[in-house]
Amino acid sequence: MNFPNHGAPGEGCAGACCLRVDRLCVKLEEDTILQDISFHLHCGEMVALIGPNGAGKTSLFQSILGQIPYTGKITFERPGTGPSRPLIGYVPQSPAFDSRAPVSVLDFFAAAISPWPVFLPVPISLRTKVQNCLDRVQGGALLDKRIGALSGGELQRVLLAMALEPLPQILILDEPLSGVDVEGEHQLMELLQSIRREYDLSILFSTHDFQTLPQYADRVMLLHRGLRKIGGPAEVLQSPEFRAAFHLGETRKGGWSV
Amino acid sequence: MNLWYSLVGLLPFEWAAPGTMYFMKNALLAILVISPLFGLLSTLVVQNNMAFFSDALGHSAFTGMAIGALVGLMDQTWTAVAFALIFALLFTYVRHRSKMSSDTIIGVFSSAAMALGIFLSTLGGQSFSKFNVLLIGDILSVQPGKIGLLFLILLLILALWLYAYNGLMLSSIHPALAGSRGIRTFLQQALFTAAIAVVVTLSMTWVGLLVINSLLVLPGALSRNLAKNTAQYHLLAVLSAILCGIAGLLTSYYLGTSAGATITLYLALLFFLSLIFARRGR
Repeated sequence: MNFPNHGAPGEGCAGACCLRVDRLCVKLEEDTILQDISFHLHCGEMVALIGPNGAGKTSLFQSILGQIPYTGKITFERPGTGPSRPLIGYVPQSPAFDSRAPVSVLDFFAAAISPWPVFLPVPISLRTKVQNCLDRVQGGALLDKRIGALSGGELQRVLLAMALEPLPQILILDEPLSGVDVEGEHQLMELLQSIRREYDLSILFSTHDFQTLPQYADRVMLLHRGLRKIGGPAEVLQSPEFRAAFHLGETRKGGWSV
Repeated sequence: MNLWYSLVGLLPFEWAAPGTMYFMKNALLAILVISPLFGLLSTLVVQNNMAFFSDALGHSAFTGMAIGALVGLMDQTWTAVAFALIFALLFTYVRHRSKMSSDTIIGVFSSAAMALGIFLSTLGGQSFSKFNVLLIGDILSVQPGKIGLLFLILLLILALWLYAYNGLMLSSIHPALAGSRGIRTFLQQALFTAAIAVVVTLSMTWVGLLVINSLLVLPGALSRNLAKNTAQYHLLAVLSAILCGIAGLLTSYYLGTSAGATITLYLALLFFLSLIFARRGR
């Protein structure tokens, strides 16, 4: 394994904080969704999770978030303190929006971060707070837009701003690039880069867009009936495991061109 | 009530003259209470795709009344309310547990309740026609006691909105996000459907089932065409409901038409106007 930004901390979490996932299993009714998944996620690291549809990417996120039952251990360690529950910011995959909903970004945001009932006019102090959160993702201009009128990239920005309030230790994004155009993709990935530098948080995201990986991911994890491969983007994208997972035949020898 | 009667006495209408036409004054007060009530409820009914829910609930009220009649009660309102409550909670539970779309579940519940109501009320060869008043309703028959009760319910719904609106709105727009922020809406959903159940059943005898459904949908639907944010949405829904309520009642007085139907026609007219003036694009 290599870590371009943080050297190689090896097996333990010496020095930096990290999220340890140890022999994670998730069963849903009779089906085994995830089996024996182990990995570490270090501070300030940006890791991409790839895998075919149904490989269990969302389930992995949900178990880290504690939303679904699992077996195995998920712990978070920081220097000086014992294991604790990390504060995680989560950007879920977005459904097809009801584009007519009369809900502004301000309403949506305020409803999520404060108890103020948003069918009443939002007070100035709360409005300023939401404005500041949106400014973190360069989305200040979106405040009074309707949710349904946002582009895919703008919506991801708003959801990202929500995930950053309160400021988490780990940021998890479920397919942030789906529904985002090429222009928006690069803006969003650049934004994630600057956020992790500024706040020194770990970012874990799933994606189907392999072209952007070498540029933006420190490591790539391939999920396909278990965790098949962890490593640098080039290493994973050219591995036989990657070809098998995505049914890239012999004609595509050499794997994904990087 | 005396305060209200003397207030109305100041209005320049022939029916407003002191000492006369109490049924009309009662009806006007009732409209002023139920129209904001329905306006408020309609915002989330439309948002949650539950336009047919009140219809289904009304059907369950038939069943409740039929059960009340079987047991031998004089006032069957309360068996109807109780049955509608059970119906609403069962519906919320099934919707929560099953992956079926809500309109399918509503359809199943609606037809089952209707069939049970007809079955029970026609037991022993009785006629169903005594329930006709529930379909059309008669607002002029409203009693001051019922208005007081509905005013109390309006306050309760306001409290429910303060407590549950954010969660219900978030989970209807983005369920995954609501879930990730720890918002569990089963209780709020249950309270919301229960509130609709109580309001629909209590106001059915004088608003009429056919009209209730439109009152629960039209204000929300027309405001949705115009509003840019949640506060505007509520303001427009409540104002349009009150406006059409008053206009409909007065018109029906002079034309001798059904008040409920006239109110609905005004709302429908506003809806089509709102389509023309709908905000375009963003």
